[in-house]
Amino acid sequence: MINAKPLVIVDKLKKYFPVTRGLVFQRAVGNVHAVDGLSFTIARGETLGLVGESGCGKTTAGRTILGLYPPTSGEVDIDGENLVTARGRKLLAIRRKAQIIFQDPYASLNPRWTINAIVSEPLRVHKLFATDKERSERVKELINLVGLSPRLINRFPHEFSGGQRQRIGIARALASDPLFIVCDEPISALDVSIQAQVVNLLEDLQDKFGLTYLFIAHDLSMVRHICDRVAVMYLGAIVETAERNELYENPLHPYTKALLTAVPIADPRKERARKRTILIGDVPSPINPPAGCRFHTRCPIAMEKCKVEIPDWREASPEHWVACHAV
Amino acid sequence: MTNNLLEVKDLKTRFHTPEGVIHAVNGVSFDLPEGSTLAVVGESGCGKSVTMMSILRLIAIPPGEIASGSALYRGKDLLKMSDGELEREVRGKEIAMVFQDPMTSLNPVLTIGYQLTESLRVHLDMNPQQCQKRAIELLELVGIPEPANRLRDYPHQYSGGMRQRVMIAMALSCSPSLLIADEPTTALDVTIQAQIVELVKSLREKVGLSIIWITHDLGVVAGLADRVVVMYSGFIVEEAEVDDIYEDPRHPYTIALLEALPRVDRRRHNRLKAIHGAPPNLLVEPHGCPFAPRCDAVIDRCLIENPELLQVNDGHKIACWVNVKTGDPR
Repeated sequence: MINAKPLVIVDKLKKYFPVTRGLVFQRAVGNVHAVDGLSFTIARGETLGLVGESGCGKTTAGRTILGLYPPTSGEVDIDGENLVTARGRKLLAIRRKAQIIFQDPYASLNPRWTINAIVSEPLRVHKLFATDKERSERVKELINLVGLSPRLINRFPHEFSGGQRQRIGIARALASDPLFIVCDEPISALDVSIQAQVVNLLEDLQDKFGLTYLFIAHDLSMVRHICDRVAVMYLGAIVETAERNELYENPLHPYTKALLTAVPIADPRKERARKRTILIGDVPSPINPPAGCRFHTRCPIAMEKCKVEIPDWREASPEHWVACHAV
Repeated sequence: MTNNLLEVKDLKTRFHTPEGVIHAVNGVSFDLPEGSTLAVVGESGCGKSVTMMSILRLIAIPPGEIASGSALYRGKDLLKMSDGELEREVRGKEIAMVFQDPMTSLNPVLTIGYQLTESLRVHLDMNPQQCQKRAIELLELVGIPEPANRLRDYPHQYSGGMRQRVMIAMALSCSPSLLIADEPTTALDVTIQAQIVELVKSLREKVGLSIIWITHDLGVVAGLADRVVVMYSGFIVEEAEVDDIYEDPRHPYTIALLEALPRVDRRRHNRLKAIHGAPPNLLVEPHGCPFAPRCDAVIDRCLIENPELLQVNDGHKIACWVNVKTGDPR
């Protein structure tokens, strides 16, 4: 195997949001450590899953990687270009290669724009075609590609169902011929019978255009299905990454183990026989994350060491990385 | 033999809207034996919530209309009861409901303690001291730490999982016999979902509840339910014991739903089998089987005549013209 350079390199990425007090004289009283030192790479054509509970910073991570939020510190390289330092035309060129599909298809399409206007916006921004007519042709092609009828491009979002809207969101993401797409919980707002349609579409498009995905999700069953590699996030940092079957069959971090046992299985016999590690309580506040290992407050096997010392990020077995003192 | 806590027969609910009549529930019948747990599974808009809301007469009339049917609770028809009797004797006291969204079902400007004790004051006429004592017991029961100190908190001081625990505590406050849980874990993380499911299981044993659990997630109810009802477009399409639904599903919709679901405990071997098309438009009165346009096993008869829910095996009912095992018409 040729060790090609990864398409996406994220290095020690941090994103803090200030917490302010006072109405007139606002002052920062602390920071929400939404993303706190995230590092990973994604190879060309690979799908990396990013999973974790709500509030762990996975959406912020996705948005910061695309430069939608300016990072507090850290680096992001997409196709060999540094996104953090790029400005002006150079930034625009990188953004053309990196797109996003949002979670809520009801909120991510402007209700007053036609489908044509929505899907052609990236084409206008990146000045990809000279005339409206050419752009319209491209929109029809894209709409066809995602399995909708090109006749529908002059309609408005409210005339479409949730699944169809998500297809429109996918068409918009594809418009600028990107290399990399952040899929931010693209199916969690959809009905079960529609989820599989959208997942299959995403896979077909990946095969066709050699796309690279960062698939952010909390549905661990779907992540196992769609992703090549999975990263588990807890309170702003990754605690474990591995190839999907390795991660699901041989999880090392106690948080990963707890997450996996919490996922219900559609099999009553298996479900009755299962032993669960039920995590106590909720995710602590990211304003003052716990010292040492961040998971120690909920960890069933926490030791004294975990409360003071941050565990090293190390390769426990080939390509299986974990941050835990007990492993 | 007649130890059914609840017997629903031929329930039909419609909504009269400016766009036309929405046929939300189209003749639903089921029984709930005392002490058992029934799961009602279906996608959004399949009528699962409206069915339960109709039983407790919680739908707005008009635009809603309960066109026919009966709902016998311990032999008394809830649909014919006077509003006063229903309010005094049943809702919250005998039958309690937990709703989907713990973020919006609590009043943000009232304390947890006040909201928790409301039904104690209304139904059981307790004085403030008794209320306080019972509220602390209830929060303890659902696993809220330091309950005495948290009664004066407001909902925003509680996390999502804790709010859902409060909702359950509230539902249990008058020791109801039946708990209707309408997608109680959908808005929660898997880890919190597991906590809530375990909590409900332990409560079921402790206080002997009967439960109706409404969900769109076939995974959640596998370890929880005794019987499962699958709904589509306002009809029950399959009903069976929990093991039969998962191991021997007979209706094409149930089969397709199970196949469209990836499994966390299995390696991927091929693409997901998607159900083509979209759920039906409820404004159109269905002719034929409502699932026919999306069904792979469809035959001519399906397009003309809607199959009745009939027994195929011991305790296993389906509404389908085709025997999916052989592909032959029935």
